[in-house]
Amino acid sequence: MELPTQTYRVTRADLVRYAGASGDFNRIHWSDRTATAVGLPGVIAHGMFTMALVGRAVAGWAGAPDAVVDFGVRFTRPVVVPDTDEGTEIEVSAVVKEVTEEGLTRLDITATCQGEKVLSQARALIRTTR
Amino acid sequence: MSLDPSFVGRTYPPTAPYQVGREKIREFATAVGATDPAHHDPEAARALGHPDVVAPPTFPVVVTMAASRQIVEDPALGVDYSRVVHGDQRFAYTRPVVAGDELVCVSTIEEVTTRGGHGFLTTRTDVSTVDGEPVVAVWSKIVVRGEA
Repeated sequence: MELPTQTYRVTRADLVRYAGASGDFNRIHWSDRTATAVGLPGVIAHGMFTMALVGRAVAGWAGAPDAVVDFGVRFTRPVVVPDTDEGTEIEVSAVVKEVTEEGLTRLDITATCQGEKVLSQARALIRTTR
Repeated sequence: MSLDPSFVGRTYPPTAPYQVGREKIREFATAVGATDPAHHDPEAARALGHPDVVAPPTFPVVVTMAASRQIVEDPALGVDYSRVVHGDQRFAYTRPVVAGDELVCVSTIEEVTTRGGHGFLTTRTDVSTVDGEPVVAVWSKIVVRGEA
């Protein structure tokens, strides 16, 4: 079963807010000068910000904010966030792989930015009954 | 960059307790766009059976930061932080983090490998309350890029 795709807009302002809330002030997430100096095309989103957006999608699909039992991803490609009003977009989709004997639902998740996958091995195990 | 494989199995001392604040959870939830009332309103969280507002799933990274620093800044291990890229991240929850938790982190190095000139370091951080109740286990793999 496929779950409805969620689309999240990501702007520089979102990265600044996430830096403050998470305490991750790595300059590659706000300084183009630093990002390009280390070989990136420009400022990139925190991997953990992308994972947080995926977490939002998972909670939405589960229909509960506290349903996630296990959640893992591999970061494979940076999410470049241009300094524009539009920023960029991350699309998150998932398929239900199985329902375990304990009644947990296993999701295989896909996250893309500009048509390219930014995560691999993205999986969540969620409780769908209280 | 090559990392010393003899660090596998090393466990670091527990971090000082992290006091999970209601406003910090609200701030984090707002920053990631998590609008569910259970992240913001204690009554809504209590209706789901939690003592106070519930943190979004990736919030534990805020708590484990001090523990990660212990390892990345361990002079004996010698990681060059300017070359670090986040590889993998995983959380296995016993229960969600809630406001009012006092959490302690104990980190263990699970894997150290070098491949294609890059170093790979996997750590597991067990997050539990000061009373010893397990809350969440957090795995993080970092890649230390080689000089190539």
